[in-house]
Amino acid sequence: MTDLGIQAKADDLKPEQAPVKDRNQWWDVWDQFRSHKGAMAGLIFLTFITLFCAFGPMVWDVDPGKLDIRNKDVRPIYVAIWDVDAKTSWARPMGTDHLGRDIMANIMQGGRISLAVGWTAMVLAILIGTLVGVLSGYFKRLDWGLMRFTDLVLSLPILPLLLVMMLLFRDPLRAAFGPETGIFMLIVAGIGITSWMQTARIVRGDVMALKEREFVLAARSIGTPPRRMITRHILPNVLSPIMVSATLGLATAIITESALSFLGLGFPSDFPTWGKILFDSVDRMTAFPERVLWPGLAISLTVLAVNYIGDGLRDALDPRIRGL
Amino acid sequence: MNLKTALMGAVATVALGQMAYADAHEGDRGRDGEVKVIYWQAPSILNPFLSGGTKDIEAASLMIEPLARYDSSGALTPWLVEEVPTVANGGVSEDLTSITWKITSGILWSDGTPFTSADVKFTYEYCTDPESGCAQLTKFEGVTSVETPDDLTVVVNFDGPTPFPYGPFVGGESPILQAAQFADCMGAKAPECTDENFGPIGTGPFVVTDFRTNDVIQLVANENYREAGKPAFASMTFKGGGDATAAGRSVMETGEFDYAWNLQLAPDVIASMEAGGMGTPVAGFGPLMERIMLNQTNPDPSLSDEERSVIRPHPFLGDPAVYKAMSMAIDRPLLVEVGYGQAGKVTCNWIPAPEAVNSDTFTCDTQDIAGANAMLDAAGYMDTDGDGVREANGVPMQILYQTSTNAVRQDFQALIKEWWSEIGIEAELRNIDASVFFGGDPGSPDTFQKFYADVEMYANTFNGTDPQAYLGNGLCDNAPSPATQWQGENISRFCSEEYDALYAQLTTTADADERAAISRQLNDIMVEEGGMIPLVHRGRLSAHATSLGGVDLNVWDSELWNAADWYRTGDNR
Repeated sequence: MTDLGIQAKADDLKPEQAPVKDRNQWWDVWDQFRSHKGAMAGLIFLTFITLFCAFGPMVWDVDPGKLDIRNKDVRPIYVAIWDVDAKTSWARPMGTDHLGRDIMANIMQGGRISLAVGWTAMVLAILIGTLVGVLSGYFKRLDWGLMRFTDLVLSLPILPLLLVMMLLFRDPLRAAFGPETGIFMLIVAGIGITSWMQTARIVRGDVMALKEREFVLAARSIGTPPRRMITRHILPNVLSPIMVSATLGLATAIITESALSFLGLGFPSDFPTWGKILFDSVDRMTAFPERVLWPGLAISLTVLAVNYIGDGLRDALDPRIRGL
Repeated sequence: MNLKTALMGAVATVALGQMAYADAHEGDRGRDGEVKVIYWQAPSILNPFLSGGTKDIEAASLMIEPLARYDSSGALTPWLVEEVPTVANGGVSEDLTSITWKITSGILWSDGTPFTSADVKFTYEYCTDPESGCAQLTKFEGVTSVETPDDLTVVVNFDGPTPFPYGPFVGGESPILQAAQFADCMGAKAPECTDENFGPIGTGPFVVTDFRTNDVIQLVANENYREAGKPAFASMTFKGGGDATAAGRSVMETGEFDYAWNLQLAPDVIASMEAGGMGTPVAGFGPLMERIMLNQTNPDPSLSDEERSVIRPHPFLGDPAVYKAMSMAIDRPLLVEVGYGQAGKVTCNWIPAPEAVNSDTFTCDTQDIAGANAMLDAAGYMDTDGDGVREANGVPMQILYQTSTNAVRQDFQALIKEWWSEIGIEAELRNIDASVFFGGDPGSPDTFQKFYADVEMYANTFNGTDPQAYLGNGLCDNAPSPATQWQGENISRFCSEEYDALYAQLTTTADADERAAISRQLNDIMVEEGGMIPLVHRGRLSAHATSLGGVDLNVWDSELWNAADWYRTGDNR
């Protein structure tokens, strides 16, 4: 940090030297991020699991819903290491369930759904949260109303809310978009609209502090309209808390979806998600531990990875820690 | 020192042995402390007249009792009366139009007031009130009046010769309510009487002290119970909810509970639980049958509540070629193997037990996908747009297939969906929490009575050995509709004039063999004309702790029928 400072001063002292190539500030962020080992590990894992789920089914071309009752209860291939007599097969490297469905294909397909729900719900929550936070922080007149609305939504319990939403909107959505997309939208909307409040609160606080800073006053004094003020001066400066809460939001959304599936709500039973695979395997947990281990590991490692990335991003985006 | 310890141990062993020996399950009431029962479907009401759910009826059977009930062998047993009336003992009139019950004297309600014939008469009036939407109305079919010549005599009059007069006030579905308690709850007010419906005063071995709907019931022994020294338990905790796996584990593996009801679990799962050593599974075959109900009406969500699943015929499920092909595509022996093992048998019949009523008209134990495809082809259902799904008059044959949330049922759904897809019928699966699905709440769209789906799968059974009341579920006017607050037992909205006429004939036939023959014919009509697709004849599998004695699994009545006789065995007391 000090080295860099001295170097910078030294550069100033040598005007005859060729001008230093403009360095994008995101490179600094990346450098700082790279120094956070947990965050890097998290990023690598998240990339891996995303690629695994997104492109895995193209390589591993097995229909996850295909029943093959003759090849049921196949153990994962590694069981053969300590138990030669176990029913294993290279064609089913992670084994099959009690109806002969391939577990690896199910984990991939389930991951697609779980991750898609997580990402979409997170984006939705961040959009709403940022909008509400900026509006209520910047415009005093809206503040009271919006914050009381936030309190109201904060007090909504998600499970009963989702049950009511299912009751009211399931049939119309199913008619309009088909069963899977309909339920997907319902769950994403349910998770999204119940998890934007923390973001809104954080953003509001930051916006209120920023509003009193000199550069904002200066911008205002030259007549910048509020729309431009927000997009040019306020939003770039609250980006770091938004990104951090986005990563946390992704983790929460995946967990909530898993919890819903685990409770037997949410997606239909032939529609695998990580939570659902876990739910279906609990009965035979003692005999076939791998069936809960894999989806369970996938959920917890993804969430852990995302949390580490959030942690790393927070450090990387804070100029005081970055030392610039 | 060592000698002393050894001697003390010997003395203790002898003493323990004597204690175990002396444990002749007799003694003071409440001597065995607490018993814990778990039903993974939580009771939502304790008034069986307002709920068709087995869980509610069985929980209520701890408090309120019928005049006579069936024992574990299926025989009719006097319960609150001195004997079962028959023509031979003069209790049933020669012309078969009335039956006279003699109540045992000295029976008290749990609040200490005497149990009289007026209560029995009141129960009849309560259930038959046209505005009450009574779930057990079929039990009172054909009853014109209930007379009470004196406090201990009840005369039930029928509108015609009734050869099987043991419908009203017999079995767990038709218990007696206390007139004093329910007097203000008649008709449309019935569902509003929360305190009464959640804690009926009864003659049974237990009394409710706390009822949390869809959760837990706390009960204590009834101080006014008619038999001295019973029940052996001073209190009962009746836990509801969770799932069958957890219930089975809590009895057989961890020993937290003493009795778990209806463990519909895969056979390998049961076996692994039994290895836990804390409990034993018990099985019995009654008329319980897992079936797929075929909706005769159109469940299209764009229709209004008044029309949906009420009036309009289904676009294609009514065609014999369709439902027969759907039935042929199912590999029933595989379903039994996957789902029930020892506790299941292949069946093609609605009424698979008792044996005399089990029809042998159909065979269905081999899967025939090719035959099913040929049948659909011949009937003109072709896949015109090449997407693998046949069309019926331009509409793709897609059906919504719903059931309750339960591991075995979800496995069945997955298997059957696959077989149906092989004959060009696409099924969309839906599973609903069992407490909601069987809850009968008229406000929920997801109950099995509303049947807002094309097909649904569940099991049903009847109490007792005579199927007449159960066969009444197939009558046209028993279909649930908004007018009856969605109560009614004709779930598939089956309606056949031939069936109704034959049923009327059954109600006037006295000879047992002839009754069985008509019952078999009714069964055949229901299956042949597509009211349902029978899948598996299920035994009921429950589990009790090894330390719980006196359990006598009854498939003909409430499982808790003899809870008064339960006791703690051995040195676990």
